[in-house]
Amino acid sequence: MTGHLAILPLPLPYPFELSFMQRALVAGLVVGAFAPMIGTFLVQKRMSLIGDGIGHLAFAGVAFGAVAGVYPLWTALAVSVAGALGLERLRAKRRASGDLALALFFYSGIALGIVLLSRQLSPTNVLVYLFGQILTVTDGEVVTVLALGAIVAAAILGVRRALFAVVADEEWATVAGLPVGLLNNLLAVTTAVAVVASMRVVGILLVAGLMVLPVASAQLLARSFRGTMGWAMAIGVGSVVVGLVASRLWNLASGGTIVLVAAATFAVVAVVTGGRSRGLFRGLGLGGVPPAGPVRTEGSSILGDSHSG
Amino acid sequence: MGYDLGIDSHSRDDAGTVDDGPLAEAEHVSFSYGANPVLEDVSLAVSRGEFVALVGPNGSGKSTLLKVLLGVLRPSAGRVRVFGQVPDRFTERWRLGYVPQRPELTSEIPATVEEVVAAGRLARGGWWRRMRPADRQIIRHAIDSVALGDMRSRPLNELSGGQQQRTFIARAFASEPRLLVLDEPIAGIDRESQDRFRDSLTHLKAEHGAGVLLVSHELSAVARDLDRVVVLKRRVLFDGPPAELMATGVSLGIHREDLPLWLEGLG
Repeated sequence: MTGHLAILPLPLPYPFELSFMQRALVAGLVVGAFAPMIGTFLVQKRMSLIGDGIGHLAFAGVAFGAVAGVYPLWTALAVSVAGALGLERLRAKRRASGDLALALFFYSGIALGIVLLSRQLSPTNVLVYLFGQILTVTDGEVVTVLALGAIVAAAILGVRRALFAVVADEEWATVAGLPVGLLNNLLAVTTAVAVVASMRVVGILLVAGLMVLPVASAQLLARSFRGTMGWAMAIGVGSVVVGLVASRLWNLASGGTIVLVAAATFAVVAVVTGGRSRGLFRGLGLGGVPPAGPVRTEGSSILGDSHSG
Repeated sequence: MGYDLGIDSHSRDDAGTVDDGPLAEAEHVSFSYGANPVLEDVSLAVSRGEFVALVGPNGSGKSTLLKVLLGVLRPSAGRVRVFGQVPDRFTERWRLGYVPQRPELTSEIPATVEEVVAAGRLARGGWWRRMRPADRQIIRHAIDSVALGDMRSRPLNELSGGQQQRTFIARAFASEPRLLVLDEPIAGIDRESQDRFRDSLTHLKAEHGAGVLLVSHELSAVARDLDRVVVLKRRVLFDGPPAELMATGVSLGIHREDLPLWLEGLG
C-alpha cells in the first residue's frame, strides 16, 4: 500500500526530526494507545494471551499474502478476524477450554505460516512482521494504522460500559439481556484488528506484550476500571515514545525496546506501589488479596448469629 | 433505609399486561446434567408482590432451578414462562434482577462499586446509550440502599466479601426489577447489612409490587416477611406458608438435617 503524508516532516526536535521517525511516532502512538485499551478488557476476561494466539494466525495470514502476492496486512487481517471469531465461538460453546482453544489456534497458525513460507523462495520480508520494524513504516502503513486505530477506538469506547459488564460477569450479563455474543465477537474482532495494526510496530511475537503489560502496571496504579484503562493507554503511549527514543539513541530493535520499556515500567510500578499487598501476583497464584466470592466475613458465619430470628 | 426507586412505581407497567399473571413460572420442569437428574417434575410460580424462599440441602437443584427460570439453562422437560413469555423470547430483561450465587467478577482489575452497579442500569433503556442524570440518580439510590454510599468510589477488590455481595445486590436493584431473583445473597453479610437488605426487599415488594425469589440457607433475616417457602430436593417437597411448614414438615418427610437453619429462623 502506498501513500504520502505531505505534512511530514514536522519541525520536531531530535530524535524525531526525521520523517521516518515521525512516521514511527504516529504509528506507535496510535498502537500504544489502543492496544492496551483492548488489553484492559482482555485481562478482565482472563484472556491475556489471546493477542499472542491471534498473532500466530496473523503470521499465517502474512505468509499467505507473501506467497499469493497480496498486501500482507490485508491477508493477515482477514485470517486474524476469522480466527478470532472461531476462537470466541469455541470458547462460548465450551467446546474447548480457553487455553486449549488458544493452543489449537497458536500452533495451527504458526504451522500453516511455516508451510506456506516454504513455498516461497525468499521469505525474508516476513521478518518485519514477526519482529516489527517501526522505523521502516511507510506513509501508507501509517494511514492504515490510523484508520484501524480509529475504528477500534470508536467501537470499544462506544460500548465500553456494556463490554465491561460482559467481561466482568458473563452469566449475569446474559440474564440482564445484554448482547453477550455480539459484544464478545466485537472484542474478538477488535483484538484481531489491533494485532494486525500492531504487527509493524512491535512485531507479531510481541503484540500481546503491548496489549497486556501496560494493563498489568495500570491495575496497580488505578482504583477503577476506567482509571485502569486510562493509565494503561498512557503507559502504552509512554512506552512507545521512550522505546523509540532509546532505539534511535542506541540503535536497538525498536519493537523489543518498546515492550521492554513497558515491562520495566511494570517492575518500577510494582516496587513503588508495593504490588504484592494490592494483589499483584493474584493471577499467578502467588498470594495477594483472595479473589471475590461468597466469602463469609464481617463476624457472620453460616451458623453464626442467624438463629435469633 | 428503604430502597427508593426514584420513579413513579405504577407508570412503568401500565402499558403491558405481563405482570398480570405469575412473574415466573415453572410447570413440571425436569433437568439433567448428562445422566444425572437434578430436577424432576418441578412446578413453581412466583406472583407479583410475593416473597418466596427456596430452600433445600446442598445439591438439591436450587441454583439449577433458578437458572432454568432465568433462561440460562433449558429444561429437558416441562414449561417455563417469565412474565408470561418463553425465556428465550423474553426481551424486557430489566424486569429481572439477578444476584448470582458466586459472582464471576473477580479482582483482576479494580472496578469501583459505582461502575459495577452502573452495569445493572444498562439493561434498562438500552445498553448502547449514554447514562442520563436520572440513571445516575437511580444508581446512587441502589448503592445507598445497601449502605455502601460512602464506598461508591472504592474499588471492589478492597472491600470485604459481604460488602462485595451487597454491591451485586445493588447491581440487581439498579434496573428497578419487577422480579428479584437472589441466589444465596446474604451469605457473609453482617447483621446490619442483613437488616438493610431486608428493608430493601420489603420496600421493593410493598411499594412496587415486585416479587422476590430467594435461595438461602439463612432465612432468619427475612423469616417474618416470607409469603411462601418452597422445599426442594430434586422434587418439590413442600410449597406453602412458613407456618404450615412448621406444622407439617416432619409428616411430609422433610428431615431436619436437610434444612440446617431455616426452621430456627421461622420458629
